[in-house]
Amino acid sequence: MQTLIFRTVAPYLTSLMVLFSVFVLLRGHNEPGGGFIGGLIAASAFAIYAIACGVEPVRRALYFHPLAISGSGLMISALSGLISLFFGVPFLTGQWTVIHVLGVPVDISTVLFFDIGVYLVVVGSITSIALGLEEREHD
Amino acid sequence: MAADGQWLTFLVLILPFLAAVAAPVATRSLGHNAAWPLAAFPAFAFYHFAGFLPAVSGGVAVSGGYSWIPSLDADFSWYIDGLSLTFALLISGIGTLIVLYTGGYLKGHPQLGRFFSFIFLFMGAMQGLVVADSFLTLFVFWELTSIASFLLIGFDHKREAARRAALQALIVTAAGGLSLLAGLIVIRQATGLNSLSELLSAGAVLRESPLYLAALLLVLGGAFTKSAQFPFHSWLPNAMEAPTPVSAYLHSATMVKAGVYLLMRLNPVMGDTGPWETLLPIVGAATLLTGALLAVRQTDLKLMLAYSTVASLGLLVMLTGFGSEIAVEAAVLYLVAHSMFKGALFMVTGIIDQETGARDVTRLSGIGRAMPITFAAALLAALSMGGLPPLFGFLAKEEIYAALTIGGVWPFVLLLVAIAGNALMFAIGFAVGLRPFIGAAADTPRTPHEGHVLLWLGPVVLAASGLLTALFSGVSHALLSSPMATAVAGEPLDISISVIPHPGLPLLLSIVTIALGVVFYLGLDRGRAMMKAMLEAIGWGPDRGFDQLVRGTIRLSAAVTGFVQNGRLEVYMSVTFIVLAAALLVPMIGFAELPQMPSFEGMRIYEAGVLAVALVGLGAVLYARSRLAAIASLGIQGFAVAVLFMLFGAADLSFTQFMVETLTVVILALVMTRLKLSPADRRPSRRRVFDVSVASLCGLGLALILLRVVQMPFDPALSTFFAENARVIAHGRNIVNVIIVDFRGLDTLGEIAVVMIAGLAILALIRVRAGKMATRKAEEALTCRR
Amino acid sequence: MEANLAITVGIFYAVSIYLMLSKHIIRILLGVAIFSNGVNLTLFTAGRITREVPPIIPVGLDMPDVLTANPLPQALILTAIVISFSLFAFLLVLAFRSYQELGTDNTEGMRIAEPEGEELPPLGY
Repeated sequence: MQTLIFRTVAPYLTSLMVLFSVFVLLRGHNEPGGGFIGGLIAASAFAIYAIACGVEPVRRALYFHPLAISGSGLMISALSGLISLFFGVPFLTGQWTVIHVLGVPVDISTVLFFDIGVYLVVVGSITSIALGLEEREHD
Repeated sequence: MAADGQWLTFLVLILPFLAAVAAPVATRSLGHNAAWPLAAFPAFAFYHFAGFLPAVSGGVAVSGGYSWIPSLDADFSWYIDGLSLTFALLISGIGTLIVLYTGGYLKGHPQLGRFFSFIFLFMGAMQGLVVADSFLTLFVFWELTSIASFLLIGFDHKREAARRAALQALIVTAAGGLSLLAGLIVIRQATGLNSLSELLSAGAVLRESPLYLAALLLVLGGAFTKSAQFPFHSWLPNAMEAPTPVSAYLHSATMVKAGVYLLMRLNPVMGDTGPWETLLPIVGAATLLTGALLAVRQTDLKLMLAYSTVASLGLLVMLTGFGSEIAVEAAVLYLVAHSMFKGALFMVTGIIDQETGARDVTRLSGIGRAMPITFAAALLAALSMGGLPPLFGFLAKEEIYAALTIGGVWPFVLLLVAIAGNALMFAIGFAVGLRPFIGAAADTPRTPHEGHVLLWLGPVVLAASGLLTALFSGVSHALLSSPMATAVAGEPLDISISVIPHPGLPLLLSIVTIALGVVFYLGLDRGRAMMKAMLEAIGWGPDRGFDQLVRGTIRLSAAVTGFVQNGRLEVYMSVTFIVLAAALLVPMIGFAELPQMPSFEGMRIYEAGVLAVALVGLGAVLYARSRLAAIASLGIQGFAVAVLFMLFGAADLSFTQFMVETLTVVILALVMTRLKLSPADRRPSRRRVFDVSVASLCGLGLALILLRVVQMPFDPALSTFFAENARVIAHGRNIVNVIIVDFRGLDTLGEIAVVMIAGLAILALIRVRAGKMATRKAEEALTCRR
Repeated sequence: MEANLAITVGIFYAVSIYLMLSKHIIRILLGVAIFSNGVNLTLFTAGRITREVPPIIPVGLDMPDVLTANPLPQALILTAIVISFSLFAFLLVLAFRSYQELGTDNTEGMRIAEPEGEELPPLGY
């Protein structure tokens, strides 16, 4: 698979896909998309990068161990549920606020952080699986 | 009962459990001297219970409790009348002495703290058992005594004999506990009542209920196993594997009397009926004879006492079931007397064992001179066991004979059994309490000398109380025996017997018994040889039966496991899917719930095309001959499903399905290209026909049930709720996403946890191999360097 | 349309169960993958079918103005897809590792947990 064209294109393709995955994640609340799909897109991006250039560059590019990303995602999701406790409502009840960035109103919510957690769990776990299987080709 | 007194009683009931926690800490810093402060716990309980004496002897029952599980109508409640109070005093009083005795007996033992904990655990359980009012409380404490007994018998768990004895005791008594539970449930079904105190005033309802016999048999199953009645008796002698304080406390004075307690407690409710007055005397008499005869066979002091305890328990059951008031009085007196003399004698054997290193009656003699205090206590206890005046055992024996000499064939048979049993127990009592101490001094592993004060205090106090309670019988009857007899009989009874012998038939029978007992005592060695020959001729007993039962169970379970789990995956799969097909099709056909003939119209041409592609993909997976063909075909059906989702308004699903199918194909390719496996399999044609039938039936069943489901009217309540509230409450316009991250957020949290765990597990699976290879490489490197 | 899908789902199940009844672990895995698609389609069909209108509330409205596809089964299936993929990956690696360790892909030969002719458990105490 390590053809020159593929190796050249793969980094750009991967960055585009990761960017797209974040876009899909963030728009998920109002349009088709969300954490699960976004996470799968990003995981595929890393899998492609690994097929093209090997596992080691991906691990370096990710910096964190994929499962650490996954674990932190699970923690973000769980913590975002805890915020509702300060408002005296049950675990995981969504809390909303609107902030204005450069005059544009932006919804900020605990649900958004929950979805980001989902995204990170899916990215981390599935990247870890894919990288683990690809790595084994060399032994 | 005032509320402030209620919490104090509650405190007393949980105090032993607190002591169980405190004991290991105390022994760590104080060693065996921790016995002194620890004995304060049961002593306080004794003091507290003694405070109830005036009220209870005046005929008032003390009751109290707390609501435990209100929704199940289950309370933690107690009911203390004369019967409970006498038991509670015996448990806490003897418990105090046992704690002190343990300090001397296990002095320096590394596990002393653990032992104390178990003893206190038992004490708390037993205390709770005898004062329990609600059935639930009774049952919980009943089982807790079995568990404590298991732990104590198996205390020396490095010996197989101790493990076996502990397991045997647990199996027998816990099985009995289940029987008791069933009995209590039946009683509740029959009467609708939930506690003993209510039941006491509703005995007639239960006796006339059609469920009476079932309830009786189940309750007796519990009582007979706990009190080691024939043929369940063999666990009790085996329990002598436990350290002597346990034998003295659990297996003579208290726990084994729990069964007798239960019978006495239920006597006013379930007694006075044909089955009761037949079963109890027969089983009791059989146990009395078995126990007394087997005791003769033994040479170990402890085992002799153990079998005589079995005999005494038989006597108690026999008297409880006899059905006359005077028999109840006799049972009460004998129970109190037995707890005192048997507890004392057990502790004496422990002292002898500790100080001489021997416990065999044929090897011990003449140790009395070196151990005068122990000898005095032993002699007093033996006199009480033999039923000689002026000791409490004498009162009990007189009353027994008074109860049994009422004429008639049946009482006469029981009388003969009682005389024979008592005479044998007389012989056993003196064989333990007198014989080792007199005569010429024999060689023993250790030179005998008097034990530590902690050791002899218990037997001395118990033996002396056997004397004092008899001498001041007016007081002891008024405070203990009469209230207890009243509770057992269910009507006021007043015991008046005293130590001054009064001429009559009972006294004459006592003299006969003592004369017989002396004969047995002198002929003990010959009797032992005879019993030994007889038992060898029989060659089988419940104890061997237990071993056979356990081995049989293990063999059976191994055989069943081997049959059910034969290790062949395809068999498991076939069974699962055959059951699935049957579960789907049989009810549907049986209840005529098959779907109506559906209409297949309204399908657009491109939809038919997608379905066709999916089916082609499926077929290709089945027939693929190469790895890549199989993987590609799998992808085809997956992408077809994704397109289906897209066509029917599920954009999110469609994207996700595309991504997942892609990744599935990628990782399958990664693995399969390295496995070098052919995806085709060759099944024998008969197997193929079978598999095709099973698979088709399952597919047919699932398709039919799905057709039936979609033909039902659709209930859109949930979907409408989500659609109406997604924007209003949850500020989101993508309803699917809002459901996932907000409405059903907790589900999603669980699901992402599953995804992460799967990732972890996969990494671990891969790493195991990598780790192994790394070590191998490291080893190779080492070898090369050498 | 539901009827056509129901029949298709039945075929999905039949094929996957036939594959799972094989002795070869790869076939079983293929069966599992198809089985999860069958289950997802079952959920989808049971929630009734609506063509082409995704359950998304148009901008400026508080609830959908036209009949949309049922969102509930979609939410269920979305998570089910990801989970069944994780499970499938786990099974795949498990199969791969057991093939490496045991040298066979035939389930008849995989008898470490339930060995043939197993001895009796100890009869002592």
